[in-house]
Amino acid sequence: MKRLSTDRLWAMAVLAPSIILLAVFVYGFIFRTAYTSLTDWGNDPAQAFSLTPIIRFIGLQNYHDLFTSGLNTRFRQDLVSTLFFTIFFIAGCLGLGLAMALLLDRNPKAEGLWRTIFLFPMSLSFIVTGTIWRWMLQPQGGLNQLLHLNPASNGWLTSRDSVWSFDWNKLPLITAVLVALALLWVGWQALRSAQRTRMGVAFGCAALLLLWALVIGPNVKLLPAPELHGFNIAFIGIIIAAIWQMSGYTMALYLAGLRGIPEELREAARVDGANEWNTYRHVIFPLLAPITLSAMIILGHISLKIFDLVFAMTGPDNGPTDVPALLMYITSFRQNALAVGAAIGTVLLLLVAIIIVPYLASQFRSQEGHA
Amino acid sequence: MTSTPLSPTSVSSVHKSPRFTLTRGLMYLGLIVAALFFLLPIYLLIVTAFKTPDAINLATTWQLPKFLNWASFSDAWAKVGGNMLNSLFLAVVATAISAMLGSLNGYALSKWKFRGANTLFALMLFGMFIPYQSVLIPLFQFIKSLGLYGNIWGLILAHVVYGIPITTLIFRNFYADVPDALVEAATIDGAGFWGIYAKVIFPISIPGFVVVIIWQFTQVWNEFLFAATLTSSGSQPVTYALSQLAGGQAVSWNLPMAGAILAAIPTLLVYIVLGRYFVRGLLAGSVKG
Amino acid sequence: MKKSIKNALVITAALGLTAQALAANKIEIFSWWAGDEGPALAALIKLYEAKYPAVKVDNATVTGGAGTNAKAVLKTRMLGGDPPDSFQAHAGQELTGTWVVANRMEDLTSLYKSEGWNSKFPKAVIDLISYKGGIYSVPVDVHRSNVMWYVPANLKKWGVSVPKTWHEMLTACTTLKAKGVATPLVMGENWTQQMIWESLATGMLGAQGWNNLWNGKLKFTDPKVVATFSMYGNLLDCANKDASGLSWQQATDRMLAGQAAFNIMGDWAAGYMTTTKKLKPGTDFAWSASPSTSGTFIMLADSFGLPKGAKDRTEVINWLKVLGSKQGQDAFNPLKGSIAARTDSDLGKYGAYSQSAANDWKKNTIVGSMVHGAAAPESFTSGFGSINDAFVSNRDAKAAAQASQDLADKSRIGM
Repeated sequence: MKRLSTDRLWAMAVLAPSIILLAVFVYGFIFRTAYTSLTDWGNDPAQAFSLTPIIRFIGLQNYHDLFTSGLNTRFRQDLVSTLFFTIFFIAGCLGLGLAMALLLDRNPKAEGLWRTIFLFPMSLSFIVTGTIWRWMLQPQGGLNQLLHLNPASNGWLTSRDSVWSFDWNKLPLITAVLVALALLWVGWQALRSAQRTRMGVAFGCAALLLLWALVIGPNVKLLPAPELHGFNIAFIGIIIAAIWQMSGYTMALYLAGLRGIPEELREAARVDGANEWNTYRHVIFPLLAPITLSAMIILGHISLKIFDLVFAMTGPDNGPTDVPALLMYITSFRQNALAVGAAIGTVLLLLVAIIIVPYLASQFRSQEGHA
Repeated sequence: MTSTPLSPTSVSSVHKSPRFTLTRGLMYLGLIVAALFFLLPIYLLIVTAFKTPDAINLATTWQLPKFLNWASFSDAWAKVGGNMLNSLFLAVVATAISAMLGSLNGYALSKWKFRGANTLFALMLFGMFIPYQSVLIPLFQFIKSLGLYGNIWGLILAHVVYGIPITTLIFRNFYADVPDALVEAATIDGAGFWGIYAKVIFPISIPGFVVVIIWQFTQVWNEFLFAATLTSSGSQPVTYALSQLAGGQAVSWNLPMAGAILAAIPTLLVYIVLGRYFVRGLLAGSVKG
Repeated sequence: MKKSIKNALVITAALGLTAQALAANKIEIFSWWAGDEGPALAALIKLYEAKYPAVKVDNATVTGGAGTNAKAVLKTRMLGGDPPDSFQAHAGQELTGTWVVANRMEDLTSLYKSEGWNSKFPKAVIDLISYKGGIYSVPVDVHRSNVMWYVPANLKKWGVSVPKTWHEMLTACTTLKAKGVATPLVMGENWTQQMIWESLATGMLGAQGWNNLWNGKLKFTDPKVVATFSMYGNLLDCANKDASGLSWQQATDRMLAGQAAFNIMGDWAAGYMTTTKKLKPGTDFAWSASPSTSGTFIMLADSFGLPKGAKDRTEVINWLKVLGSKQGQDAFNPLKGSIAARTDSDLGKYGAYSQSAANDWKKNTIVGSMVHGAAAPESFTSGFGSINDAFVSNRDAKAAAQASQDLADKSRIGM
């Protein structure tokens, strides 16, 4: 396709407006927000909404405050909440989506109808979903009545209970131990497949981390006083609503994957005498693994960004069901702390980037190879 | 798009003889339970919308209304009708522009590859994953400086720009399946960049456009954050109006429920009528850049 | 005829003429008064439309308790350089601390002079809306934050009397629980919970102590203030657990339905109960000052101002004139359940509750509400919501007091 360079120039000219727009609207604005987060805009009320505000550069102070100041417990709880929300939301969507796809893969009658039923919530707005589920989850009505649950102990969105609490001060410690455990597992796998170097490195790093956790870790203090954060029960209802909306998506992904598996493979497994369960376990599920990964990444970034659904279900200002995206909104527009809001937005962006950037990189590295 | 379109015909020959056995019974049981999970909220939505405010009480939540109270819908329409027209205008215009841009971009990226095209494309794609909170304040300062603040065109601009990555992605993958031989043949006939687009690419783009238009229309219609922050009272889309209807005192639930139905109808219709394309858009958004 | 005008409008809009060309006959009024508070605003707008029939009023309401949502929208619009013609803001810090200090409001001193309002509004109210010698808004109503509502027949049935102090409240709580009233005190979402603390702190610290919190003379870390949080914790044990999911109306409904005995809520609840619920004040429901605060009036006032750069300046000034007039205030307040900010209102037009409130307004010590933006700036009020949330779950009075003080320092209270 080496052709006249005018055509090539046309290709670039056609792309130019989009590239310029995205350069400004994505990268330019991200840079701007990141810069704003390093200033004191809004800390002085006289400057917050002035038409010509005086804004000073204060470095990483806003971030430091978010992670350590006693006034920002809400932000830290929101991070913890988002983490739990993401885990349960992804697990729920994957589980339910896979189950539905497996059922549909068995060719029931009226397959198209079932599929339509499972997938239609995807076409709704989170605001619509939130409105419906808010009504479903009223303590005295909806779901509680249907299942004959006691409203007093099943407050759903209004619950203030929290489980699996841990001290924010222990966060470095917990992280170190979890990473060490993961490394130990990697090392164990390496041991079994006799990869000596990998085993050595994994066990070595794990040992170092555990040593750090035992000796230095307990003395690391982010905050002067212990501060408990956990999984807020009120989130359960929001997780259910989110799964209701998004599990059709994983179903569609899995179904496409299942339909893409050549029948010969299944036949071959059957000929080898594998029963149905073993066929799934050793043939089908491994083939679905890449889809699972894609789905986790897409769902993961949706759940980190979640905003509309929570807004519609519990309003903009309900502590137990707060998430960083909402906190950014409230901090900027109600508390008038625009720079702190920008810092929250930036943290949110970093969280998403941690998931998305490696994904995009891997997608395109493999493509660049044969392009 | 590695996706195979969900066409039951291609596989229906596989597991034949759907005799009724225990496993098939369990399969249908599973399907019914799942369907109940998806449909019960909709049942509640509809029956609540058709009740009068005083007929809505928690003890009779699940019962059918005694009579159909259409007034819920006319009341809800009075509150969100104007916003639905805003949404319609917004979604149609934004979708048309971003689909056109996406088609050209996809063509340029897939048929006129240049060094670094993939990296450039990956950088473009990142734009569809960012949390909009991280660009919100500069975005509306920018829109304000353009003089588009509070105006529906400001919102259209935002949706067009943040829609470019996904529309480009879908078209790029769509055009990747177009044999290069076709393009080569046209080149030999003397067609250039635009000639090939007009004679070869555009005519076969209809399915691509359908996928993109459905996807983008649904996204724009359903979006909330920009809707809430970039508009003023005359230009607010329906998601925002609905959140107001539902977020206030909410003593009479029939109103937000009727509003939710109204707000859901357009995208739901699109989905039911063009479901297969909708699924392709869904899959395109996630599988293989 | 109407249709052709509409068409003409559409065509001019399509031709891209600026909004200013059409502005001569419209005004946008931005508020959070919808639903049950809607009729009062409607009455005011009706009065305005009667006086200025050529003007089209755009009643832009954004719902959501105490204006949480409205404030977010208002701020995006102000940041976007698109101010509503006139917007609702609580008199006090919410107006001055956010908008006046940022130089976004026009000084209305000359309007006060020409309308002769300086002698018509109480000095305490004018002080709240003044900043460095200018007056920046027109108050339309006065509300009281520290009111406790109950149903007399229910109290009689349960054999409890109205608690005069917070300690009596705790005793009543124990009695009521023994009688099977699981949640003697009903509360709603976050800001309504903060109102309980506000009443409590005013009651326990006294009016002077409360004021000292906001001028920096009394620290939140003072043991007396810590004690208010401890007491608040005791009260939470008397209250419903599903509070965060209830709007204030739903909370009031529970009190009316006998699921709870007491509801501490601003006196807009009177408007809700009489206008929307059609109940008879004094018999179907009754009220007293919240415990330990009799003789103190925690006030808040809604006011409207003129933002700099408003598109329809003349119309706004006319609107403000209607708002500030005796006729306007007496059309609005009886429906809203508030009392007029003016001192010369015609009490005969008001309900039983408002007459008693107007009486207290004249005799009591007046302090400003924190929750509703009179005493504290928004940065404090908003942050206090998080402190309340944290306290409701961890019940750590000392931590709450310390956080409040940190917040006060950050919000530059007393500086």
